Order: sequence, then structure tokens, then C-alpha cells
Amino acid sequence: MRNIYLAICIAFIPAAALAAESTIKLDPVEVDLQDKPSLRRGARIFVNYCLSCHSAAYMRYDRMGRDLGISEELVEENLMFATDKVGNLMTVTMPRADAETWFGVAPPDLTLVTRSRGPQWFYNYMRSFYRDPKTVSGWNNLHFPDVAMPNVLYGMQGVQRAVFEPKEDGTKEFQGFEVERPGAMTPKEFDQAMRDLTNFMVYLGEPARLVRGRIGVYVLIFLAVFVVFAYLLKRNYWKDIH
Amino acid sequence: MEKLLTWIDARFPLTKVWNEHLAKYYAPKNFNFWYYFGSLALLVLVMQIVTGIFLAMHYKPDTERAFASVEYIMRDVPWGWLLRYMHSTGASLFFVAIYLHMFRALLYGSYRAPRELVWLLGMVLFVALMAESFTGYLLPWGNMSYWGAQVIISLFGAIPLIGDGLAEWIRGDFVVSDATLNRFYSFHIVAIPLVIIGLVYMHIVALHRVGSNNPDGIEIKKNKDKDGVPLDGIPFHPYYSVKDMVGVTVFLMIFSAIVFFAPELGGWFLEHDNFVPANILQTPPEIVPLWYLTPFYSILRAVTIDIGPVPAKLLGVLSMGSAIGLFFFLPWLDRSPVRSIRYRGWMYKTALSLFAISFVMLGYLGTQRPEGPNLILAQIAFVIYFAFFLLMPWYTKYDKTKPEPDRVT
Amino acid sequence: MSGQGIDPTRRRLLAVTTGLGLVGAGFAAAPFVLSMMPSARARARGAPVAVDISKLEPGQMLIVEWRGKPVWIVNRTAEMLASLAQLDEAVADPRSEDSIQPVYAINEARSIKPEILVLVGICTHLGCSPLAKLVSGAASGLGREWRGGFFCPCHGSKFDLAGRVYKNVPAPTNLVVPPYGFLSDTRIIIGEHPEKGIA
Repeated sequence: MRNIYLAICIAFIPAAALAAESTIKLDPVEVDLQDKPSLRRGARIFVNYCLSCHSAAYMRYDRMGRDLGISEELVEENLMFATDKVGNLMTVTMPRADAETWFGVAPPDLTLVTRSRGPQWFYNYMRSFYRDPKTVSGWNNLHFPDVAMPNVLYGMQGVQRAVFEPKEDGTKEFQGFEVERPGAMTPKEFDQAMRDLTNFMVYLGEPARLVRGRIGVYVLIFLAVFVVFAYLLKRNYWKDIH
Repeated sequence: MEKLLTWIDARFPLTKVWNEHLAKYYAPKNFNFWYYFGSLALLVLVMQIVTGIFLAMHYKPDTERAFASVEYIMRDVPWGWLLRYMHSTGASLFFVAIYLHMFRALLYGSYRAPRELVWLLGMVLFVALMAESFTGYLLPWGNMSYWGAQVIISLFGAIPLIGDGLAEWIRGDFVVSDATLNRFYSFHIVAIPLVIIGLVYMHIVALHRVGSNNPDGIEIKKNKDKDGVPLDGIPFHPYYSVKDMVGVTVFLMIFSAIVFFAPELGGWFLEHDNFVPANILQTPPEIVPLWYLTPFYSILRAVTIDIGPVPAKLLGVLSMGSAIGLFFFLPWLDRSPVRSIRYRGWMYKTALSLFAISFVMLGYLGTQRPEGPNLILAQIAFVIYFAFFLLMPWYTKYDKTKPEPDRVT
Repeated sequence: MSGQGIDPTRRRLLAVTTGLGLVGAGFAAAPFVLSMMPSARARARGAPVAVDISKLEPGQMLIVEWRGKPVWIVNRTAEMLASLAQLDEAVADPRSEDSIQPVYAINEARSIKPEILVLVGICTHLGCSPLAKLVSGAASGLGREWRGGFFCPCHGSKFDLAGRVYKNVPAPTNLVVPPYGFLSDTRIIIGEHPEKGIA
């Protein structure tokens, strides 16, 4: 029935329907939680660059270590800066009030960001910071106009500029990015690093995702076997009806 | 064993209840696919109660801690994620089962005399279920929970004179707040479940008094053998208990597939905006209730014109109320000499098809922005929806029906 | 069920579905039962506690919290340790045979290193926390014969400086020694032994 609606919709208003969509397309990102090395690399980026301002206040360090195959000692040495107990939550030491003075808004908790915004948005957002002298921080983002956050990864990514072309109706159309100053990574390496980070963020949003699919397979196999016997039993009882 | 049963039967009518409702409850032998959903709804109710009991052991009804306590369940509580996904998926599938259960009644005229009370009790159950889901939806204290509650409670403000006071009374505050969360929790886990369990009991007792309808819409009690057993009836147990077991297992496969592989179901069962804690300063770009309430939400928004002194907002609220309320009158709106769609004419068949399409359309449009063509489509569906009920006395009366068979087919 | 003429296929199918159903119900019940076990938060809070004892002078006591209970760490002097052997006759369980402690603390001093005593500060009678009366003699308020130890104000149970319970007091057994161990000479971990785990 939705097809009927869609058909009606398309027949009546092809232009309007398309106009509602954002014109900036999102690059695809491959999420694979079985890729543990990628998750570990992502965790390292997250802890080093994000966790100083953003918390992941629903996640515990030891859980992350166990799930990602990092020993407790290594977690304590390399990934834990804000606390001394490995069982603690990944909170942030920066007081909220300070954060509000520095950035205008307190940096949001990032535990669930890929669940609310989606992994694809996150991946594209992290790659779309550009230089903009008109903003307070000097940075802007294609997918989050006038974002308060500066590009903390410019050392890796380098500095880029966005090229817009003015259109007749007064709006601007995004053309592409231009590199102003290269960073420590090639664009390809940086994309890979952001893919690792996105992968980790998806894990961070729902650690249970590591196991639920596997359990689900067993549950479905069990039910598939059960339904056969349940059906045979039903047929056996019903053979004397009619 | 025998002795124990005699001992119990002298003190509690165990055998009598067993026979009346299962072993000697004669159900028509021609139940089809549509007759699974009653028992499935009962199954989901039990699952919701059990998962709810265990979730309540860890949840905190406190605006400062509610959101975090849900994430605590998802991460720190052993198997908590499974309990939570079972409960959230169960909520949506409850409505799937209930909507199909109700559609079955429309197909085969199950609301017709002498089953009016079964139908009315079922309708009260439906309203109670909506209240249950609405109060439950606030509890995670996500941004959509908060704004959804804010919007729906504000609807009461549209009622003339007492509206604003009523909305404040429901919230216990001037906005949705800790007081609201706490009382919704109380309603969600105590008051409404008690009402639902009581109504389900009455719904089944009333049904078993008059007997089940069937896809032919004829009374099986008209043809009985010398022992008074309907010729077309078979004992519910074991025939329908083993049959329902198959239905239950298939249902559980669908349920598990969602719980384990797609618990958000693309934002239809768990909305993306609800993974952000409630923020009184930031409304989500689009406020939509979960899919099972969107048909009625659509009806609310479809009314955009004032009529005389009555403002559109109030008309919208009244329309939404009557969209649900009209269901209660179905037994008396339907004048057809036959019950089942199998023997009705083209008029009812067309009317029911259009109604089903308009209902689904309203549901879908309720998730979209009410602008331009969407709004017009919603208004067309709105008219069809109400015409189905309001014109029913006429089209069912003049519809050309086929003769009903004597025995079920 | 008709009773007459039992269908063997039906009987077999009934057995299989009932059996499978029970297995399935068992597995389905497991997550519910397990969800009531201590959560990750409870386990993090009950995690072993590391304590720095470098500043603990002989004759002093330190109280730390572990799993919501007070844990005492006493640095005993040679004189205090000497009192223990003399009290073997006065205490109820001198060899700690009926009391709770890790195997590595079943000895005269009830400790790994003789001078460092680690005890759960909860009376084995009804759960009060006894008072430390470390000094001997009348200054303790418990009479001139007192050789130092712990005194429970609730029901008058007395313990010596190894947590051993005196005879003829309400407490049935010696104070509990928790699992503990030395991370270094000056750091103790309470809640687990570095090698032997929680035993």
C-alpha cells in the first residue's frame, strides 16, 4: 500500500519531493564490528582526540578492553587518562562550566552519537571540517553549519577549504574541498582512520551488537527446528477434522 | 493425581474452568490465518509484563537518571540489552497483533450481535493499550520521549475552559518534568497493566459466553448433535492449542529476527532522536509518535481550518477522539443481514478496502511533514476514514449480499 | 484427547515438542535470572582496592572501604606480636580452624607479613563494627589485663590483635581476613591476591 502512495506521490510532485532531500551527498562507510584491529585503532583515536572534551559516560574502560581484546594493563597505560580505575566510566575531567565558556556549548556526550545521527553522517562529518574565517573558532563544517567544535584532527588531515558556487536563487552550491595545507596523513590514510573511528563509535553506541547477532542465529535455528515438530504435531491432531 | 484433583475441585472449580475455556470450549473448525492474532496478543502481553518486571528492577524514574539508567540496562546489567529490546520490540508487535486482530473483526463481522460486549471490551482494551504505550514511551527520557509527551499532553489544552488546567494536572507541572515522569512510571507499571489484565479477562469471558465467530460469519450453535456439541465446533484444546503453538513459533521467529538483528528496525521501533537525552531547549526537527499512533496523529494534523468559532486545534483533537470513538459504535452502524465479507456485496468490500488503505496512508503520512501534497493526501484519507463509519448504515443496508451457507465451509 | 487407540506417532511428537519446549523455556529463562546478578557497576564498585601503606607507622591503624565494608590495616609492633602467643589459652579458636580467612593467613599472626594485619572490621556476631583498642593496660578502658585488640560495643565481644575472638563472648568466630596481597613492599591490594586470585 505504501507503493500506491509512492506512485501517487511521484505522479503529482516529482520536484518537491526531491527538493526536501539534502543536496550534499554522504559518502558510504563500511561498518564491520568483527574487524577488531580497526576497532582498536578507532579506540586510540577516540581516547586521544575526543575524550579530552567529550565524555562517553555510559561506557566502562574494562568493558572496552575486554570487548576489543586489549589487556587491562594496556588499557590503563595507553587509553586511560581521566581516571585511575579500569572499571570506571569514560567520563571527562573538563568541568561543564569551563567548556561552556570556551566553546559556547558544553561538548555533548558521544556514547550514542552514531545511534542518534547514524554512522554515515558521523563519518562524513569528521571529514568535512574546513577553514572559515567568519566563525569564532575559525572552523566550519559542511554537515553541521556553524559548529562550535574546531577541527581537532587537522594535524592528521591537514587544512582544507570549501569551494562554493553561488546560484541564481541566492543559495550556494558546494563544489568540493581544496587542500590548503596537507597534514601528516594522505587523504586516503585519513579516510581509513575516520572509518576506524566510525567503526569504534558504532561499537561504543551498542556494545551488545558484538554478541546479539551470534545469539540470534542460535535462537532462530532452535525456533526453526521447533516449528517443524510443532507443525507435525498440529497436522497429526488435525487429521481427523474435516 | 486423581485424588488431588478431586480435593482441589471441591475447593476451586479447576476442572470446570479447564473444560469451559479449553477442553470443552467448542470453537468453529474453520478458523483461518486471521484467527492467530488474539492468542498472539495475549502472548505479547505476558512477555511485556515479564520483561517489564525485570526492567523495573534497574530503571530509575528520575529525570536526572532515567536516560542513564536505560543505558545502564543496555550495558552494565547482564543481558539487560536483551530485556530492553524484547520490551521495545514487544510494544510495536503488540500493536501489529492488535491491529490485525481488529481488522479480522471488520472482515468477518465479529463485532455484530451477540458479540457487542466482546467488541466494546476490546475497544476499551485498545484505548488502555494506547495509554500504556504512551506512558511507557516517556520513560527512556530521550528527546523524542520528552517532546512527544509535551505535544500530546498539550492537546488536552485545546479543550475549552478546563483545557489548560487539565494539562497542568496531568503533568503535575507547567512543563513535562520529573513529576510527570514519576506518575507516568506509576501508570505504566501499575495502574494501566492492572486495568489491561482485568479487561483481557472480561474480554475472554464474554467471548466464551457467546462463542467465537468464524470466517463464514454464521452461528455454529445452530447445528448441534444430540449431546449439544456444535457439529462444526472442535474443542479449543487440543486442536487450537496445537495450532496456535505453530503460530506462536512463527511469530517468535519474526520477533527474534527483529530483537537480534534489527532492534531499531530502521528507526520505526526505536527512534534515532530518542538516543539523545531530553533537552528542553531543543525540539527534534520532526516530532512524530511511534508508528502505531501515527494514523491518529495524522488525523489530528489534517484539520487545518477553523469552523465558525471552533478553532482548528480543537477540531483536530475532536476528530482524533472520534476517529477512535467511532469504532465503539460499529455494532450498531452495521445494518448488513450478513456478517462475513465472504457474503457481502461490492459496497462493503470497496468501503473496507478504502478504509484499510486510508488507515495505512494516514499512518505513513503521520511520520512525514504535514505540508503541501502530504497534507492534501492526509485530508483525503481523513474523509475516507470517517466516511467508512458515517456512511456505513446506508451502504451496508443497500449492499447486495449473497446467501449465507447453513454450515461452515 | 480421545483416550481410545493411542497413536504412537502422536505420542512421539508430543514427547519431542514438550522436550524441545522445555529446553527452549530453560534457555529463555536464563537471561532473566542472570540479569539479577551484580551488574558491571556493582562489580566495578566491589573491585579490589589498592592501598598505600608507606606512611603507616608501627602501632598505627588505617581504615579503608572495600565492598562497602570497613577494612582495617594494622602495622603491629614486635611487642604486639609477642602478645599473641601468650593469648592462645584465652581465645576460642587459636589456630583459626573454624574461622574465615585465606589459606595464606592461617598462621599465628593471621597475616602474610607478620607485622601487617588486614581484617574486615565487622563483628562476626551481628555485624557491628568493633572499636580498635590497640594499646594494652588500663588506658584502653578495658582493665589492666587487656593486651590490646578490638572491642565490640554492641554486645561486648573482644578480639586480640590478630582478630581472634576471646572465649565466653557472643561472637562465634575470629574476625574475617579478606583476600589480599602485596603489590610491592608499601602497596597492598585488598579483594584479591596478586597470584592466588580471590581465594
